[in-house]
Amino acid sequence: MAEPAPILQMRGIGKQFPGVKALDGVDFRLLPGEVHALMGENGAGKSTLIKVLTGVYDIDAGEIELRGARVAFSSPLAAQHAGISTVYQEVNLCANLSVAENIFIGREPRRLGRIQWKEMRRRAAELLSRLEIDIDVSAALSSYSLAVQQMVAIARAVDIDAQVLILDEPTSSLDASEVAQLFRVMRRLKEQGIAILFVSHFLDQIYEIADRMTILRNGRLVGEYLTSELSQVELVGKMIGRELADLERLEGKPMARQTPALVEADGLGRSGAIEPFTLTIHEGEVVGLAGLLGSGRTEVARLLFGADHAGSGTLRIGGEQVGLRTPRAAIRHHVAFCSENRRAEGLVPELTVRENIVLALQAARGWTRPIPRRRQDELVSKYVSALNIRPADPEQLVRNLSGGNQQKVMLARWLILEPRLLILDEPTRGIDVGAKAEIQRLVAELSDGGMAVLFISAELEEVLRLSHKVGVLRDRKLVAEIDNDERLTTDALTETIASGAAS
Amino acid sequence: MTTLTVPGRVRVPRKYVPVLVTAGLFLAMFAAGGIRYEGFATGQIILNVFIDNAFLLVVAVGMTFVILTGGIDLSVGSVVALSTMVAATLLKHGWSPWPVMLIVLLIGAVLGLGMGAIIHYFEIQPFIVTLAGMFLARGLCFTIDTESIPIDNSTFTAFAQTRIDLGGDMWISPSVVIAVVVVIAAAYVLHYTRFGRNVYATGGSEQSALLMGLPVARTKIGVYTISGFCSALGGLLLSFYMLSGYGLHAVGMELDAIAAVVIGGTLLTGGSGFLLGTVLGVLVLGLIQTIISFEGTLSSWWTRIFIGLLLFVFILLQRLFSARSRR
Amino acid sequence: MTAFLGPFLRHRLFWPVVILVGLLLLNLVFTDNFFHVEMKDDHLYGSLIDIFRFGAPLILVSLGMTLVIATSGIDLSVGSVVAISGALACLQISDLGNQNSVGGVLSAVGVALLLSLVLGAWNGLLVAGVGIQPIIATLILMVAGRGLAQLITQGQIITINSSPYKLIGGGYWLTVPFGIIIVIAVLALTAFLTRRLALGLLIESVGGNAEASRLAGIGSRAVIITVYTFCALCAGIAGLMISSNVSSADGNNAGLWIELDAILAVVIGGTPLSGGRFSLGGTVLGALIIQTLTTTIYSIGVPPQTTLLFKALVVTIVCLLQSPAFRAKVFHRRRRPAGAPPVAEEKVRVSA
Repeated sequence: MAEPAPILQMRGIGKQFPGVKALDGVDFRLLPGEVHALMGENGAGKSTLIKVLTGVYDIDAGEIELRGARVAFSSPLAAQHAGISTVYQEVNLCANLSVAENIFIGREPRRLGRIQWKEMRRRAAELLSRLEIDIDVSAALSSYSLAVQQMVAIARAVDIDAQVLILDEPTSSLDASEVAQLFRVMRRLKEQGIAILFVSHFLDQIYEIADRMTILRNGRLVGEYLTSELSQVELVGKMIGRELADLERLEGKPMARQTPALVEADGLGRSGAIEPFTLTIHEGEVVGLAGLLGSGRTEVARLLFGADHAGSGTLRIGGEQVGLRTPRAAIRHHVAFCSENRRAEGLVPELTVRENIVLALQAARGWTRPIPRRRQDELVSKYVSALNIRPADPEQLVRNLSGGNQQKVMLARWLILEPRLLILDEPTRGIDVGAKAEIQRLVAELSDGGMAVLFISAELEEVLRLSHKVGVLRDRKLVAEIDNDERLTTDALTETIASGAAS
Repeated sequence: MTTLTVPGRVRVPRKYVPVLVTAGLFLAMFAAGGIRYEGFATGQIILNVFIDNAFLLVVAVGMTFVILTGGIDLSVGSVVALSTMVAATLLKHGWSPWPVMLIVLLIGAVLGLGMGAIIHYFEIQPFIVTLAGMFLARGLCFTIDTESIPIDNSTFTAFAQTRIDLGGDMWISPSVVIAVVVVIAAAYVLHYTRFGRNVYATGGSEQSALLMGLPVARTKIGVYTISGFCSALGGLLLSFYMLSGYGLHAVGMELDAIAAVVIGGTLLTGGSGFLLGTVLGVLVLGLIQTIISFEGTLSSWWTRIFIGLLLFVFILLQRLFSARSRR
Repeated sequence: MTAFLGPFLRHRLFWPVVILVGLLLLNLVFTDNFFHVEMKDDHLYGSLIDIFRFGAPLILVSLGMTLVIATSGIDLSVGSVVAISGALACLQISDLGNQNSVGGVLSAVGVALLLSLVLGAWNGLLVAGVGIQPIIATLILMVAGRGLAQLITQGQIITINSSPYKLIGGGYWLTVPFGIIIVIAVLALTAFLTRRLALGLLIESVGGNAEASRLAGIGSRAVIITVYTFCALCAGIAGLMISSNVSSADGNNAGLWIELDAILAVVIGGTPLSGGRFSLGGTVLGALIIQTLTTTIYSIGVPPQTTLLFKALVVTIVCLLQSPAFRAKVFHRRRRPAGAPPVAEEKVRVSA
């Protein structure tokens, strides 16, 4: 089968952010009429690559060729005009306008300056019916499901003559039938010769729709493969990689604990987020949660912390049944939660390191009982040096710190509360190797000191090294709970994540 | 966080609900007034509401544009006063009426344009910029004169005194005709022109509008220009109505205009609302005043309390029906 | 040069201080002895004292407003609360048999402040409980409250003759105008609540990142309700002060548009309308700038009718100087920020 000439070719792309090399010599090509999956865990550089391509960021190195000509876009709009359209997970349309308008706004059919609504609706309906979508185009976009909204965004992109369509995690909030509908549309566009770049964390979907895939890891290219020639297990292995050998190794595997149960979740679940699960965490135990992004890892954590309301099931902490309706209630039961989304859910960027660290303790005490400044300084300097937070200036605004140090500030905030259960969601993501090792060592120490830790990470080595027990999630379901004994290896865990069954 | 998924499409006319609620309430108030007071349930009562509030209607139209983009314009009342002042002063100095009107309208539009440009290019909140604009326009009024200046120009008095007969003992003033023309023109612009749709898109999501390649800058500056123009026109109508220019005319009118727009079902967050709602909002405000004047014994402060209560009720209803959930 | 001045230029109170100093110096040129403070009949007199004395109600209202704005809210109803509180106190005093009875005045003051607290809690409930946008939630009380004040006074101006009440706004204590003492007391109380106690940290946290604050266990509803209640209390005290100063309550005009001046004072003082970090000192500075502006216009002989014009001018200048976009566009021509995305994100927040 002869390969057609690629419509898009990126060579040696490099992108540097302060302190991080986001992309390093990445090659990528896109053939007309193919669905090409871009794979990699968080922080692998997928979204940076897309942003570089669509002109959100400039590139530091490398070149981009579209239809054989070198291009550099100054904005997503410029990319759009050149035929590269992007549909994001959070649809970038105006939900308050009608479906037809969203497709045609800025290009409405007019006569003497007057918008021809009838004509517009007719053309919108026609366009959508070509994509096998039959909806009332005069209704507001917000009255439709996200799947339909995405389809409308795609229709708009196609109608403004896109030759390259980028779908950035379009399926993460869709149910099975909606995904099927989206895939029908994608196949139809493929037949028309449109090149589709597809990002998804659901492996089954990749194998269903993608012809080819490019895998990134830590900003570097792992390789380009035909989907039919790479097994799921191989894929997961390539995505996760083994490059942690340079980290200081902890002595052997953690010893199993014979301690009383601290947290018992029974049938706890929330529709649309995570199917009911049962999980027990003992005192001083590190429970790892493994699974790909979007598999429900964070959702488990949020239910245990009361950040979301559980729709079903019961939760017992220290034998006492509790209903955690707010994070406040969870904190009263000595549960702490470090969110993976530091910027949106963790730090208050305008406040200083000191203020961010004492925030949760102060909230727990109430505003009428301030923590004396001297005690604050003691606590903060203790944790700044214990966690090696740099710069070691408690009065620095936290937004000026690097990712790893921000993460340590978050950790410090919860550690001074001396929680009984500490939930860490991707605590080592996007931070440098040294900080990573420090955080891992800290988790081991805390658990030795009797604190229970729920440790969520995409890096299996890390999970295996720290956890006494590993819960495996797949497609928003806790599919397996495995004791971390001698027999458990990353390969076995990878197998479980990929297949969904305990080996 | 919150999923954006909206289950199916169950309530199609949801976007019309706030307007319908306002319309229903207006009718109910009118019916109640008709039952309670002799000679209330006549067409002229509604026409009188139009006659007495033509200027507010025009100003509220401009405000609707601004609020639809998610902004706010606090300067309208002062610009109205400035317009009456400029008109009265120029007429006093013997200018002929038509150039005066032209200049007044131009001043309003330029003030709006300036505020819009500052808001957009210097990224200062509309609230603060238009507040400064409010002081500026009011200050200009008092700089011109602190006293009320009477208007005796024949064209202006003609506008003030002409009655347009509608038959059946009903009549309207020329100002009402102007206001209705403005409403129709504005409704046309909002519904049938690209500019109008860009207003809605910008209010819906400024970032999306940018990504879709819409001229956000032109739209945002445009709405403040329109609001300034409408305020100036409202000022002219007020000077017909009052036959004077005075720096203390239309004090607090920006709040009436905002209240009318909000009662009419337009969301302050932008992107949702109709001009018809604004018309109904002005009518509701006017009818409350009419009822209070019919009541006779009721004092003017009840107007404010009623308007406050109504605002409360409407905002509660809006929250119940609004599709948007707060973050 | 720039490197040397850098820290000063970047300090967020730099421009407000420049403006205030400029205004004061302008006065010095036109008024002899402008900075002169003297003692007459055991009372302090002087232009500077007057600025403080007449600016006292505005400073009070602005202090409350600062906290509200720090939670990324706004309170339009303070002017109405000013009117209500003054009206209620005067109504009760006018009903007293002996208007000079200290007990009667105290109870009138107490009832007025209590009502202010209730009104503030109402605002807070609408914002934090019902989830109405602050600007609209408080617009309700702004409109209805003005009517309420007139209802209390029955549309009249209630005149009283009560020397204990007169003390609040017009009297002296230990040679100092009593109003200034109240301001200092409230300022001290506010600083104590927010900076000594931890209210300030929680307020800044809620205003800076509401979701992160929730996940850190902050009861943001309680914080918001507290803040609106406090703001109304400040407005209530200011209302007493204003009505006491003129020994009468005017439901229609008392505190009219004070909310706008207060918001301006807060913004000029460097607290952004988007919430987060707030500066009590900046607010006091902002309120003083506005009051000095008014005084200046009188003292340099500009007709009072141009007060507003001057105000518009100064406000525009201060706001422009504080706008990063303005400084970027005017002072560093054509230097676009390197990363485009932060700008886009900024826009999202603005429209949200």
